[in-house]
Amino acid sequence: MNGWGILRGMAETMRNFAGSYRDPARLATIQYPEVRLPAVENARTIPFLVFDDNPATGLRCTACTICEQECPAQCIYIVKDTAKKPDYLGKMQLQPRVFDIDISVCMGCGICAEVCPFDSIQMDQVFELSASERFSSLLLHKAQLAKPNEHFRQIHPEEAAATDQRREAEKQKAEAKKAQAAAAAKTAAPVSEGPR
Amino acid sequence: MPHELTFLLVAGATLGAAVAAMALRNIVHCALAAIGAFAGLAALYLQLNAEFAGFAQILVYVGAVAILILFAVMLTHGSEASSSTRASGWAVAALLGLCLALGVGRSPSLWRDAKPAAGASARQIGGALVSEYIVPLETVGLLLTSALLGAVTIALRETETKTSDPGIHEERPPRASEMVSRS
Amino acid sequence: MNGFDQIFVTMAHRLSGAAPAPVQPIMLAALIIAALMTAFGSCFALTTIMERKILGRMQNRLGPNRVGPCGLLQPMADAVKMLIKEDLVPDAADRTLHALAPLVLTVPIWLAFAVLPFGRNMVAVNFDAGILFFFAIGGASELAVFMAGWSSQNKYSLIGAMRGIAQMISYEVPLVLSTVTALMMAGSLSLVAIVDAQSGYAFGWLARWHVFTPWGLAGFGLFLIAAAAESNRSPFDLPEGESEIIAGYLTEYSGFKYALFFLGEYLGLFAVTGLGVTLFLGGWQPPVKALAGTPSWFWFAAKFAALIFLFIWVRATLPRLRLDQLLNFSWRFLVPLGLVNLLAAAVWSWTRPWQFPGSMGVRWLIGGSILALFYCWLGRGLRPDARPARQYHYAA
Repeated sequence: MNGWGILRGMAETMRNFAGSYRDPARLATIQYPEVRLPAVENARTIPFLVFDDNPATGLRCTACTICEQECPAQCIYIVKDTAKKPDYLGKMQLQPRVFDIDISVCMGCGICAEVCPFDSIQMDQVFELSASERFSSLLLHKAQLAKPNEHFRQIHPEEAAATDQRREAEKQKAEAKKAQAAAAAKTAAPVSEGPR
Repeated sequence: MPHELTFLLVAGATLGAAVAAMALRNIVHCALAAIGAFAGLAALYLQLNAEFAGFAQILVYVGAVAILILFAVMLTHGSEASSSTRASGWAVAALLGLCLALGVGRSPSLWRDAKPAAGASARQIGGALVSEYIVPLETVGLLLTSALLGAVTIALRETETKTSDPGIHEERPPRASEMVSRS
Repeated sequence: MNGFDQIFVTMAHRLSGAAPAPVQPIMLAALIIAALMTAFGSCFALTTIMERKILGRMQNRLGPNRVGPCGLLQPMADAVKMLIKEDLVPDAADRTLHALAPLVLTVPIWLAFAVLPFGRNMVAVNFDAGILFFFAIGGASELAVFMAGWSSQNKYSLIGAMRGIAQMISYEVPLVLSTVTALMMAGSLSLVAIVDAQSGYAFGWLARWHVFTPWGLAGFGLFLIAAAAESNRSPFDLPEGESEIIAGYLTEYSGFKYALFFLGEYLGLFAVTGLGVTLFLGGWQPPVKALAGTPSWFWFAAKFAALIFLFIWVRATLPRLRLDQLLNFSWRFLVPLGLVNLLAAAVWSWTRPWQFPGSMGVRWLIGGSILALFYCWLGRGLRPDARPARQYHYAA
């Protein structure tokens, strides 16, 4: 029958029209600034720097500059500090004096987070990055980039849990080794002196 | 007095548009000016209380004939007339205008007071068309139909010679996929 | 009739009556013009926002709801935006025609509202040949489309204009054919007389609208389809098919001229919708006898709004036609069906003297079966397999 398909289509749109008033679950869109969809765990935008406990001293970054070298967009700029600080294993490491990311250049590829051997740089989920000034507002400094490990746990729970677990294991292993080394040093001390 | 004023205004605009239709350089502008003249004539009809004739003038000339003219202009890709053609055109126009002016000037109806004509309603015009003037109407209809059929015949023959060409499938340019496979 | 029905008429006469006698007719005319322009201008604003909201709902979205309460001030925001936009004219464009085209589209359309009866005694000018005037006015829109497309010196504009003109000419035939049936039955070209011809009640309660007859129903359908095509409404919006030719003849327009084109298109839609209401839906007549005392202008407005909603509904549902489908649909289906509809109307008129019990049913059966037969038969020609498949020589 000619026109039957048209009538069926009209019925479908009318069902949508009436249904969208009756059943809000049908709506494909949300009222964005007031209502927000929960972020998908794998979502990533720009990198941020993870710190433990204290943003000034707890920064995991050791200014190794691997991320700076690997960044395809070359949007990372690092200046090493002369002073060192102990990392979570107690080893003395370098730290960045300047750590800048030009997010107008950053393309969110996540390579920096992938290559970082210190779990220091991770991908954030902030997306409302618009600024009124083109250059200085989009160049994020160390203080703006530093975010606590809790933030990382919040946005990427699985990845953060895995990282935390590994770091904890490493720490325990290092402590065990240290204890072992200390014990060995204690026992070995008389032995080494023996032959002399 | 307001009637004469509006008549002068409309007549002036119509004449101006007609002159522009002849004098303008761009042929599309000429066609559009001619449409302005058609519309001006319709306004004159309306002023004479000939509603039906006025609206029919707009409907037929502005709505249909004008579009036909424009299409013809577009399809023939109007070329600029040479200066000799333009000169002879002016001469012909002047001659025609002179003849018309003489004809109108010698017309006795111009010099006597016109009796106000009874306004013809659409119903009267329609009745007259299908009773008194049925033969001319049907003749015109027949003529137009035959013209339409002739146009269709001419147009169809062209496409037939094109599509009946058996070699058309071989002659089509190679598709991108085939070019890749050939190379 | 009661005062509420004639409230606008008495208001206009009172207001113009306050002026000195010599200027009273001019005053009355100015009042009517102002009322029409205000009513349909605000109707345009309201339609733009309601269309977006309804389209949104039909696509399971909310639609604009930010500016003002429920987003109702959105048209104002749009107007401000359009006004402060830069008015760009291409270097190669024919500046005069480019500027003239939106005016040629928008200005004459206002005249079309002069002959529409919006209520009892509510018509600006009752022309003897009102419907002819209406269609004569419509001729200007083709001209405007051509001027816009040609003067822009842009190939998309020209293609859009050519499509638009081909479409308008093709669909003017079924539009007029469907109109002619109503004219034939009313025996007049005056829109007021056509509304009067639909007065009275069948069976003592149902209005004698043209749409309640077989030819009227078919004619109304043809009219709606042709009206959608005439006003470039989806699914006949090929002239501005944005996925193919950017915006057709609107490509090189911006700012206020663009807004004028939109105004013109919507006004054309309103005018042709008002004509449809007048011709087939009984104009300002109420649908059943029980509602005979209600204001006439309310019924016109209600039918008008319902038809506008129908156009929006169709727009939300149907995809755009291809150009060959569009022209085939008109010349192979609508035009023959319009001619058959003339026959059905003639049969209806010829059987009018029948008075035996159940004569209405028999007349319906005869007219309906003629139309249904041709509807099915002509519809076969529209099937995709009815004609040899198109061969694309240059597109893989």
